[in-house]
Amino acid sequence: MTNVHSPKRAVRSLAAVFSLAAAISLAASAAAAQAPALPGAPASAPQDSGALRVQVQGTLTDAQKNDATLESATKSVASQLRCPVCQGLSIQDSPSELSQQMRTVVKEQLAAGKSQEQVKDYFISKYGEWILLEPQAHGFNVLIYAIPALLVVGGAIFIVFIVKKWTAAGPVAAGAEVNADDD
Amino acid sequence: MIRLLASNAILVALAVTALGAILTPLAIHRGRRDWLMLSYAAVYTNFVLVTVATLALVWGLVSHDFSISYVAQVGSRATPTFYTVISLWGALEGSIVFWAWVLGMYAAAVVWFNRKREGNLVPYAAMTLLVVALFFHILLLGPANPFQPVFPVPFDGPGPNPLLQNHILMGVHPPLLYLGYVGMTVPFAFAMGAMFSGEVASDDWARITRRWTLVAWAFLTAAIIAGMWWSYEVLGWGGYWAWDPVENASFIPWLTATAYLHSVIVQERRGMLKLWNLNLMVGTFVLTILGTFLTRSGIISSVHAFTQGTIGYYFLGFIALVLLVTLVMVAGNSDKLGSDGRLDAPLSRETVFLLQNMLFTVFMFTVLIGTLFPLVAEAARGVKVSVGTPFFNRMSIPIMVALLFLMGVGPALPWRKGAGPELKGKLIPGVIVGVLVGVAALVAGARNAYSVLAFVFAGFALGVNVEEFVRGANARVKAHGEGWLTALMRLISGNRRRYGGYVSHIGVVLVAFGVAASSTFKSEQEATLKPGESLTVSGHTVRFKSAWMREEKQRQVVGATMEVMDGNRVVGTIEPRMNYYPTSAQPVPTPQARSLLTGDMYMNLMAFRQDGSNVTVKLIWEPLVPWIWFGGYVVCLGAIIAMWPTRERTAVRVESAAPSAPRLSEGQA
Amino acid sequence: MNWKRATIAAATAAPVIGLFAWGLTRDPNNIPSPLPGRQAPAFALAVFSPGQGGLMRPVGETMRLSDLRGKVVVLNFWASWCLACRDEHSALSQVAQTYEGKPVQFLGVLYNDVPDKGRAWISEMGGQSYPSVDDPGARVAIDYGLYGVPETFFLDANGRVAFKNTGPVSPGMVRLKVDSLMAAAQAANVSAPAVATPAKDSSTPNAKTGSPK
Repeated sequence: MTNVHSPKRAVRSLAAVFSLAAAISLAASAAAAQAPALPGAPASAPQDSGALRVQVQGTLTDAQKNDATLESATKSVASQLRCPVCQGLSIQDSPSELSQQMRTVVKEQLAAGKSQEQVKDYFISKYGEWILLEPQAHGFNVLIYAIPALLVVGGAIFIVFIVKKWTAAGPVAAGAEVNADDD
Repeated sequence: MIRLLASNAILVALAVTALGAILTPLAIHRGRRDWLMLSYAAVYTNFVLVTVATLALVWGLVSHDFSISYVAQVGSRATPTFYTVISLWGALEGSIVFWAWVLGMYAAAVVWFNRKREGNLVPYAAMTLLVVALFFHILLLGPANPFQPVFPVPFDGPGPNPLLQNHILMGVHPPLLYLGYVGMTVPFAFAMGAMFSGEVASDDWARITRRWTLVAWAFLTAAIIAGMWWSYEVLGWGGYWAWDPVENASFIPWLTATAYLHSVIVQERRGMLKLWNLNLMVGTFVLTILGTFLTRSGIISSVHAFTQGTIGYYFLGFIALVLLVTLVMVAGNSDKLGSDGRLDAPLSRETVFLLQNMLFTVFMFTVLIGTLFPLVAEAARGVKVSVGTPFFNRMSIPIMVALLFLMGVGPALPWRKGAGPELKGKLIPGVIVGVLVGVAALVAGARNAYSVLAFVFAGFALGVNVEEFVRGANARVKAHGEGWLTALMRLISGNRRRYGGYVSHIGVVLVAFGVAASSTFKSEQEATLKPGESLTVSGHTVRFKSAWMREEKQRQVVGATMEVMDGNRVVGTIEPRMNYYPTSAQPVPTPQARSLLTGDMYMNLMAFRQDGSNVTVKLIWEPLVPWIWFGGYVVCLGAIIAMWPTRERTAVRVESAAPSAPRLSEGQA
Repeated sequence: MNWKRATIAAATAAPVIGLFAWGLTRDPNNIPSPLPGRQAPAFALAVFSPGQGGLMRPVGETMRLSDLRGKVVVLNFWASWCLACRDEHSALSQVAQTYEGKPVQFLGVLYNDVPDKGRAWISEMGGQSYPSVDDPGARVAIDYGLYGVPETFFLDANGRVAFKNTGPVSPGMVRLKVDSLMAAAQAANVSAPAVATPAKDSSTPNAKTGSPK
């Protein structure tokens, strides 16, 4: 292996990595600075960059007045409901007219004091479980969550077992590698 | 005339592939190796015949020969020629023709490059390819026949599905997808050939198909990214991935193929994981067929529910055959594939590869189960359920975050041995970049733990992978006194596979940044504007200038010209449109994006007044989305570097490998 | 070859193939509605197209489900931009006429459309015998769990959803459903007037007056 402790090269590689990191961070923060802060984010974020500003002359001033929590609750419920006239999109993502109308219904019901669960139950009572983009985690549906989790656990246990076995088999004899280079 | 020519070409191809496939075991059992040349000839002949049929169909489309059923179904005199040609893959029958052609091409090429190889591996691989081709010919003569006569011959046709003629990417995504999807048949055929011929214990099948697998993987990767791009540019909801069954169908085999590309390195270097790799490659092929079945048979509702007919039963029969044969062969041969693994220390690169493979496999199963669950739930409970984005995101984001972490750890760890003293030096740049990016994400307002972790680990992986280049180049500068850039180039060309892999890793990091940023910081606003009014989202302002309408040959277009403002200055325009096609009651939204380094200003026209007095538009700020497309290019660039033949190394390999090995280098042509 | 392992592995394919074979017999786009058997969601919608002859209702009148208790209600959701609606239009219009004077109410509900376009479509199609109401914001459509148009709901005399049809209806099917619902209402009325309607809805006086003598 090559000597990694040569100070000159270490400095050079660090400098290269630093400048790259700086470039990435700059780009990322430039992109993000223009994005809205998530609802509930601490006010420490710069005020100007944090808020979603909508400047539309005339109409839409009520959009500014809208309660941020209601907006985010609406978004949360709407993201979980399937658009009936599209393929697999949520009513939050779908630009279709029916989705817009369903979003309005969601918002009104939430504004009237219903909980997110109650709004979802309303839609289930009209469209069936199909309307939920994510199966409710009870009964048979638990399988869809449990199988991947079990696979990860099982896989991890197996890897621990096999690595222990391989390590116990002892070190590799010098030159035993089939193919010394990566190519 | 053309119709008859094409029909007969397929019919003859069916006979030729069937005869060629039967001939192989006969020739081997009778010891008549000269007959094998006939079986190889069947592979070439098949390619010629399918090429004739494909060209005939294209000609039929271009010349508007509506006496051909497929042309009558998707053709139209008003459609521009480009979209007429690409409507070859716009509907079920044409896509099967195209599939058969790509398969024929791969089969002819791989057999040609390996025709002089001794042993029974290549003959059996050719036989497998012929059987798969045979299946597609049966489809083309049965449920997916594009060459049926139409009488009376209509003067004009309805034209392709509006969604498929609305964007130029429709000419790019499907061929890439087929090249990737069908390409996985090659390593599969050699894996089966290895088992049929009893040569499974040797690594020849994996070595011969190494570049083929990489080619197919690169195409599949490019296809997935192009598909995301198409969805983003055409569907108008501002997203690029909806976990639709058709997207999952292309993603599932990609996951196993990616796992294979990594674990096969362990097999080559250490002779370990042979059985596992065989499973991955055979599984990848089965998953491509399964994915095609799911999206073509109408068994699961999906974006491209192509016309449903009896084709599902044909696919089901083929899947049953393939599953049966592969399961029997792999399980039956599993005894021969034991490998005695040895490690010096638990924390080695091998261990990371194992973890990575485990996560990719779990990822694959998660997406597969999610995709099939509506069917399973209906069978078990009699209730229809949906499995969509919230589920897939919940399950896959932790896996993706963990994979990003492993992508950073892996390259820093040595083979066999545990962490050496140089490990710290290799990890530190990654840790620094990761922390910086993480802090930037936090400052920008990211609060979701997975979102922050994704930024941190993507930064970490970037730092570690870039450090590999820096370190290697520095070593060359010191050892050979080369200039830094020269050193970097020579470093890469000296070990293309390794550094190509790292280039791909960097591309994945770029994609990860784009995905993480756009799902964390995306913001949107919809507004109804009169001329002169403006709308601002995340500091980006557009002003509505005018609405307009124009007639095009095949459609009517309504658009809004939006001026991009920088203060009071107009710096550009965005023109979201709605396209009205005569065959569709609903307009096709045609969003437009203005790309900046930091993201896209994505605009969609939602509604408009006939007199142009106002429009309703949606402006979405999509942070870092262009990085996804650029990252996709970088991933493919890495794959190209890795598959590029290296002259010196090929020469070295001649001594150790089989006589035909040098031909491999031509294999990527 | 290890045939034991091979057999076990091959056996694992059977349930997968079985599942797919079963799945091919199902239509993934046919989503059963949870509404049949349940009380129909209430509505109060204004008439924008009056209908013809004896079925006519004045434009602007508010049609309420509660006022229709005792009648079989055929609720047809449609739109002028809907191609399949053209297929069923004349059949539905003609069948409705044959029930004039009977305790049956046919009602069109305009879905995601503007009344002007709806009226233009009706005159283009040669008229609509029964009245149509507008559903601004698709509130009622969502209440009925609508997927698209056309969809037709058959409500019994007690205001319960008896049946839902997705896609164009055929005249025979409409007659069959309406006749059987009328017969059921009559039988319930004759044999057990006391059982009547569920508690929360039994207050409506129309339940008796509208039913056949």
